[in-house]
Amino acid sequence: MSEVLTIALSKGRIFKETMPLLAHAGIVPKDDPETSRKLILDTNHDDVKLVIIRATDVPTYVQYGAADIGVAGKDVLLEHGGEGLYEPLDLEIAKCKLMTAGPVGVPEPEGRLRIATKFVNCARRYYAEQGKQVEVIKLYGSMELAPLVGLADRIIDVVDTGNTLKANGLEPLEHIADISSRLVVNKASMKMKHAKVKALIDHIAEAVKNK
Amino acid sequence: MNKTDRWLLPEGIEEVLPEQAQRLEQLRRQLLDTYESWGYDLVIPPFIEYLESLLTGTGNDLDLQTFKLTDQLTGRLMGIRADMTPQVARIDAHQLNRETPTRLCYIGTVLHTRTDGFAGSRSPLQVGAELYGHAGIESDVEVMTLMLETLALSGVDNPFVDLGHVGIYRELVKQAGLDKEQEATLFDSLQRKANTEIAAYLKEWKLDSKITDAIRALTNLNGDESVLTEAKTVLSKTSKGVLNALDELSNIAALLQQRLPEIKIHYDLAELRGYHYHTGTVFAAYVAGRGQAVALGGRYDDIGEVFGRARPATGFSTDLKTLLSLSTHKNNQVAAIYAPADNDPDLHKAIAELRQQGEKVVCALPGQKGNAKEMFCNRQLDKNASGWQVKDL
Repeated sequence: MSEVLTIALSKGRIFKETMPLLAHAGIVPKDDPETSRKLILDTNHDDVKLVIIRATDVPTYVQYGAADIGVAGKDVLLEHGGEGLYEPLDLEIAKCKLMTAGPVGVPEPEGRLRIATKFVNCARRYYAEQGKQVEVIKLYGSMELAPLVGLADRIIDVVDTGNTLKANGLEPLEHIADISSRLVVNKASMKMKHAKVKALIDHIAEAVKNK
Repeated sequence: MNKTDRWLLPEGIEEVLPEQAQRLEQLRRQLLDTYESWGYDLVIPPFIEYLESLLTGTGNDLDLQTFKLTDQLTGRLMGIRADMTPQVARIDAHQLNRETPTRLCYIGTVLHTRTDGFAGSRSPLQVGAELYGHAGIESDVEVMTLMLETLALSGVDNPFVDLGHVGIYRELVKQAGLDKEQEATLFDSLQRKANTEIAAYLKEWKLDSKITDAIRALTNLNGDESVLTEAKTVLSKTSKGVLNALDELSNIAALLQQRLPEIKIHYDLAELRGYHYHTGTVFAAYVAGRGQAVALGGRYDDIGEVFGRARPATGFSTDLKTLLSLSTHKNNQVAAIYAPADNDPDLHKAIAELRQQGEKVVCALPGQKGNAKEMFCNRQLDKNASGWQVKDL
């Protein structure tokens, strides 16, 4: 019996930047997720499938073995906690920074800060380390708006070029973590499909090194 | 409370309905009979006890998993057991006090504050066996064999055994001279095999390069038995303790393979599950299609010390509900016999006899709804010239 290897990816930047790495391992999808509506993509190997899901769902799929392998940003992993996953490889793609940001030139207000973010756990942990008690407001997107409309004093978000911040009169403040995408592996798959998984990790590691 | 959610159970708390409950009970009896035949005595620890004895020597994880309440009689904190292993260790160390090897088994519901695992239950039906008083590899192998026997009886086919040894990491940390916080950080990264982070931490801490290389190698030391050979080379410059642990691991694997030649063994030297109380070999069973271990175990010598007596100990446990959900066994439900509503004493004598023979007989009630078939019966008691006879429907 040939066991199937399922790889979970999210659309967009991660998918695009992962493709060359997978290609180095000899894996090429038969469909393009940007044009296809399929959620499970076949590849040139019968025993390798790609599933296309939301970035924040990748750790969950892999943790519970719905996918054997996945590619997830370190930001998503920090928020998820990374429990029950192996993250053996830094793919050094989709690089950015997790930062706090606030309105330009506005000093930090007294008292409890209100922080708007989708990285609730990261926000709590970060401010707890600073010895600050903060109010965390969970948002699902457009964090930059929150300080402008008085919903929050600061935001925590991933920053790439910083253009969105600038366009909204915000500036990046404190650096929390460097973010890049990681290869994550289900613990049971690592053990039970060891030869296949290990070979794939080694191939991709080689591709990352050669970049 | 809204009328529509009055029937709702708390998250992660489930009930077992007739057909499943019957299978569960059959399996429970089968397992306990098997443990009995291996010489494991059944113990029934209490569902609730003082927190200190529940949590002593077990680490932070179990503390977070335990529901707590205050005893109104003493004002002391009590905990509802989240794991029965420490209870059984206490029984061995304090109540039984035997000098001979002691084999104990147990089954019971435990309660977790948080769900763990997929579609996580908070009330697993924990079943397990522990062997106290022997430090050799024979007892580890016996317990592993019994774990695999448990899976086989439950109809969980083709398991993989994952083997590790926490002694290796323990020795390396000792040699490196890490403080508590560094050790915890490294432990966390190692559990995730996060190579990038491990490399960064080791660089930051400026450790001896021999140790750094050994720790970095750990995350890649997993796979088939070639790992052990590789480890012997990679870890050759570390301490004697590390090499002893490696030897122990290969001896255990060899003996297990000798007893169960078909079993597939996977090695993972960075596997540190239960690191806080395990002291030697740790093992787990995995099956295809399930992303998490189905049964776990390992050596935890001297856990009984806090109860007055240190003893070598090894054991395993698993969740009966999980095993049942993975079982490939068919439900062998016995079809029942339907007895008509009739107060004839002869009928009731016939019913009693049938029940004595192990048959399931369901008595109809006067004026009830539904016939024999709807009551899940495939035979019926009928009266003819020679008295009450069982007739196929």
